[in-house]
Amino acid sequence: MLEVIDLECIRGDRRLFSGLGFTLGPGELLHLQGHNGSGKTTLMRMLCGLIAPAAGEVRWQGENIRHARETFHRDLLYAGHKSAIKGDLTGVENLRIACRLAGITVDERHAWDALERMGLRGHEDLPARVLSQGQKKRVTLARLLLSRAPLWVLDEPFTALDRAAVAFLEDVIRRHLADGGLVVLTTHQAVSLTDEAHVKTLKLGWKREGDV
Amino acid sequence: MFEAMTVLIRRDLLLALRRRSDVLTTLFFFVIVVSLFPLGIGPELDTLRLIAPGVFWVAALLASMLALEKLFAGDFEDGTLEQMLLAPEPVFVLVLGKVLAHWLITGLPLVLLSPLLGLQYDLPGETLRVMVLSLLLGTPALSLIGAIGAALTLGLRGGGVLISLLVLPLYIPVLIFGAGAVEANASGLGAAGHLYMLGAILLLALVAAPLATAAALRISAE
Repeated sequence: MLEVIDLECIRGDRRLFSGLGFTLGPGELLHLQGHNGSGKTTLMRMLCGLIAPAAGEVRWQGENIRHARETFHRDLLYAGHKSAIKGDLTGVENLRIACRLAGITVDERHAWDALERMGLRGHEDLPARVLSQGQKKRVTLARLLLSRAPLWVLDEPFTALDRAAVAFLEDVIRRHLADGGLVVLTTHQAVSLTDEAHVKTLKLGWKREGDV
Repeated sequence: MFEAMTVLIRRDLLLALRRRSDVLTTLFFFVIVVSLFPLGIGPELDTLRLIAPGVFWVAALLASMLALEKLFAGDFEDGTLEQMLLAPEPVFVLVLGKVLAHWLITGLPLVLLSPLLGLQYDLPGETLRVMVLSLLLGTPALSLIGAIGAALTLGLRGGGVLISLLVLPLYIPVLIFGAGAVEANASGLGAAGHLYMLGAILLLALVAAPLATAAALRISAE
């Protein structure tokens, strides 16, 4: 269970949010909403422990993530704006190294498998720099297929993906939730993820409907 | 715990193999700087023998400096650094892996090439041996200390100049004992004392620098 208690974020001399709190249990998805610059990415990075909150705390399984760093990171998968892909390495190499850093050992066959399921058949052993934006995104997201982490924090996972890949990713997320996983994500696209009962939404920012 | 470290080392070596120009620039820089002095000063062997230790060590310092900027920059830009900070392993272990790989790529070739370059300065065999030994002990310490500066200046504009200002003063002890060892040997005194000091600096850097670098990386990644 992920608990967020009274979180406050101050960047420079601006307060992005304060008094923010929610809990997320197994099988639940939190959809972060808000206009550009409202602090969605900052909040996600804070949930992961990359940014220290100005006040409040984030708890995972009842423990502050600052104190239980190793267990928390073993249970966490974060896919941010940056792809974490090396242009000089092939898709398979990138995927295996990323998984190994996250604490899972993946053999070559499983990595090929995951990339093929992610729709990269025939591109597995090309250097990542020749792949298109969407294909790179697919390499990054192939980690989701191999991960055993219960908590997924996904920052704009659907951007640059084509329609088929979006549908596939929705399916992967749905299955993860059905298995008792937790997902926090942001997206500006209309996606159909799961039945409404398990989706929570959180609106950040001060703008109203219709503002630009 | 050390498996993630070896994976990082192997990845960085693989990347260096696929992009050899980065490795070669540092090495050529060292070779050229060291070779310019005999050309500039002329073939007076006594003078050359006298300045050799200082020239080699200053060139090694600058070459190490030159390579530092790239130590974390690539990982920072493509987001791998975030994933490193989110790894279940302690960050300083991963940092140690990065620095070790960096030394293998930019430091070790320079150490191995130095006896050959030493011939330009008419250094006797025994002195060459001490020079290789001192560089072998000193250059890893340079990489370790430099990593702190590289981590602190990540993502800053003009980071390259700032690294030199931050790190070069910290390099001074290594320079003194490194060049001192070679000089001591050349003048007939034993080099052992200097080498022990270099070893002590290396051990201290090995323990303290990865922790400091890890803390600096956390700040830079925020």
